[in-house]
Amino acid sequence: MNRTLKASVLGVAALGLMSTSALALEGTLRIISDMSNPAPRAVMEGLAAEFDEMHPDLTVELEIVDREAWKTQIRNALSANPPDVVNWYAANRMLPYVNAGLFMDVSDLWDEPEFAALASTEGAMTIDGKQWGVPYTYYQWGVYYREDIFNELGLSEPATWEEELANCQAILDSGRKCYTIGTKFLWTAGGWFDYINSRTNGYDFHIALARGEVEWTDPRVRQTFENWRQLIDMGAFIDDHQTYSWQEALPFILEGEATAYLMGNFAVAAMRDGGLDDSMLDFYQFPVINPNVDFAEDAPTDTFHIASGAQNVEAAKEFLRFVTSPDVQTRINGGDALGQLPVNANSSVADDEFIQQGFEMLSNNAGGGIMQFFDRDFPAEMASVGMEGLQEFMVFPDNLDDILERLEDARQRIYE
Amino acid sequence: MATVTASSGDATGARRGWYKRNEIALTPWLFLIPGILFFAVYVIIPIFQSVWISFHEWDGLGTMEWVGTANYERLLTDDRKFDVSFWNNVRWLFLYLLAIPAGLFIALFLNQTVFGIRLYKSLFFFPFVISQVVVGLVFSWFYLPREGLLNALLAVFGMGPVNILGDPNLATYGIIAAGLWPQTAYCMILYLTGLNAVDPEQVEAARLDGAKGWKMLWYVILPQLKPATFIAFVVTIIGALRSFDLISVMTNGGPFGSTRVLSFYMFEESLSEFGFRMGYGAAIAVVLFFLMLFFIAYFLYSMWRDEKGAR
Repeated sequence: MNRTLKASVLGVAALGLMSTSALALEGTLRIISDMSNPAPRAVMEGLAAEFDEMHPDLTVELEIVDREAWKTQIRNALSANPPDVVNWYAANRMLPYVNAGLFMDVSDLWDEPEFAALASTEGAMTIDGKQWGVPYTYYQWGVYYREDIFNELGLSEPATWEEELANCQAILDSGRKCYTIGTKFLWTAGGWFDYINSRTNGYDFHIALARGEVEWTDPRVRQTFENWRQLIDMGAFIDDHQTYSWQEALPFILEGEATAYLMGNFAVAAMRDGGLDDSMLDFYQFPVINPNVDFAEDAPTDTFHIASGAQNVEAAKEFLRFVTSPDVQTRINGGDALGQLPVNANSSVADDEFIQQGFEMLSNNAGGGIMQFFDRDFPAEMASVGMEGLQEFMVFPDNLDDILERLEDARQRIYE
Repeated sequence: MATVTASSGDATGARRGWYKRNEIALTPWLFLIPGILFFAVYVIIPIFQSVWISFHEWDGLGTMEWVGTANYERLLTDDRKFDVSFWNNVRWLFLYLLAIPAGLFIALFLNQTVFGIRLYKSLFFFPFVISQVVVGLVFSWFYLPREGLLNALLAVFGMGPVNILGDPNLATYGIIAAGLWPQTAYCMILYLTGLNAVDPEQVEAARLDGAKGWKMLWYVILPQLKPATFIAFVVTIIGALRSFDLISVMTNGGPFGSTRVLSFYMFEESLSEFGFRMGYGAAIAVVLFFLMLFFIAYFLYSMWRDEKGAR
């Protein structure tokens, strides 16, 4: 705590010199944040306190809402008595609020020279040629696996689908499952689809599907499910995964009953808490399926937005400049804070095995493109129908025809 | 001073005179006004608003777009989720009624005077007091495919593991079973109070005539429990139709949406994480409303008939 405090004080001093001395902000800045897990909560509270201290005439009011609850509360919060700044997600997930005019256009911020360093996420923040918020963190997805079990069985990180299947067979023969997954809340199945589809058909095809430009009954989509089915028929996934949440599926990998987990980097903290140290846990990029398409990676971006009904726009914009500045991004994404990747290109990446590997992967080995995630790339309604179908497919792969027809029906209605 | 008092006295006197004349008719309404107001603002008006919204396409934020009966047409012709929800509601409706005989049975069992009976009664009543969310959690642990108590019990009898909440054919029944636990306690307490009102002289007379066991129960006790049965029936039907929290806690509508009921589907469409279809949600709510209205009208009718008979 002391160390964080010292760092904050230094940060305040540095920032004070750089940009904010010219502005005298007054009044109240109301922030509603969904960073409710312990580590992110501390980060958010630190940011608010720091910003408050930097501007003597400004009072920062911070309200933290449970992350899941916020997903249903944000609409009310934005339309009745809107705060100045809120947390949300990039890409399609912000579309309803942009369309309803509840988020403020912040294109002028993006025109400032400092924002050139955030260019990698500009696309995910852009709708109708305007930007509607700023990113503060993102994180890679990938296959987290038990290094010690791989060593015991003499396996190495697979680079191709054949190697992946061969590894999996060896793991199954040793009496374990290849992958743990909990699909009770559906979205985890979306991750598998993102990867297998983008590895089979490429990023452009995947995004075209997300935009509703491709039929779900297209043979290329079927090919994706066929590849997926190879794993399902082998019995690669744990049984009864439809009953577990992603956290409830963790013990399988912690106890070594399953060997790998396709997940976002936020799972690392939970696995370390569960007793896996860095000698037992490692990470590899999802292997190649079709050598003719480039790697595309899931890397969801979390964001800050200004409500269109904000009372203190000046302070809100200053706060967005603050959270996107290089040193703030370095600090909040550090190993002892969020433990994720800073978006600002001038920030430094935390000295952590997984954050470093993820950064390396996303910077140099994601030539296909960066996907936001199934439930952010697809429109909300398509995502919810789609993920339910994916879950059913993972349990009853024989229902595929029926599932695809259902999704195609939904597509024709939703994108009309 | 004196004149002022006199004149004001006159004024109140006149007002009191009018009020006095109509006191019997007015007083109940005066007491009812706050209740009527709240009921109108929070119940009656929203019902009409829901019906109005159900004829629109609306994301809850922007402008409403009139679509006529399109929502209902889709709902009733080709919406599989609606079919699943509707039939699950029917399952709930019938199976939930098991709470009534079960409650009666436990009430008869507990209606005796032995040492510590109050403690037993409270223990049986306990599930009704705790929150539905807790009931849901406890039962989902009970059903867990590997560690759950249910599978441990089944293993004793050499039966294989079942994953009740993960099986689309069993999950709804699993949730209904969980719901029956508190509902049975509720019916039990209704019957216990009913049993207190059973006329001991009639029981005595029946005993002299040689009635006992089933005959005593069927011809003497049950007719006297009719008011309790009626209330138990009402609360159970309403409870079955508004089942929501258990589903939300135990399966979140899954697996693959097989445990949805109308109220949960309405919530999903209009208020949940991916729900942006207020109009469609409202249409589901209206259908559910008419379903409930059917039962409520029947209840009101039979109450009215009984009242008339009693007069």
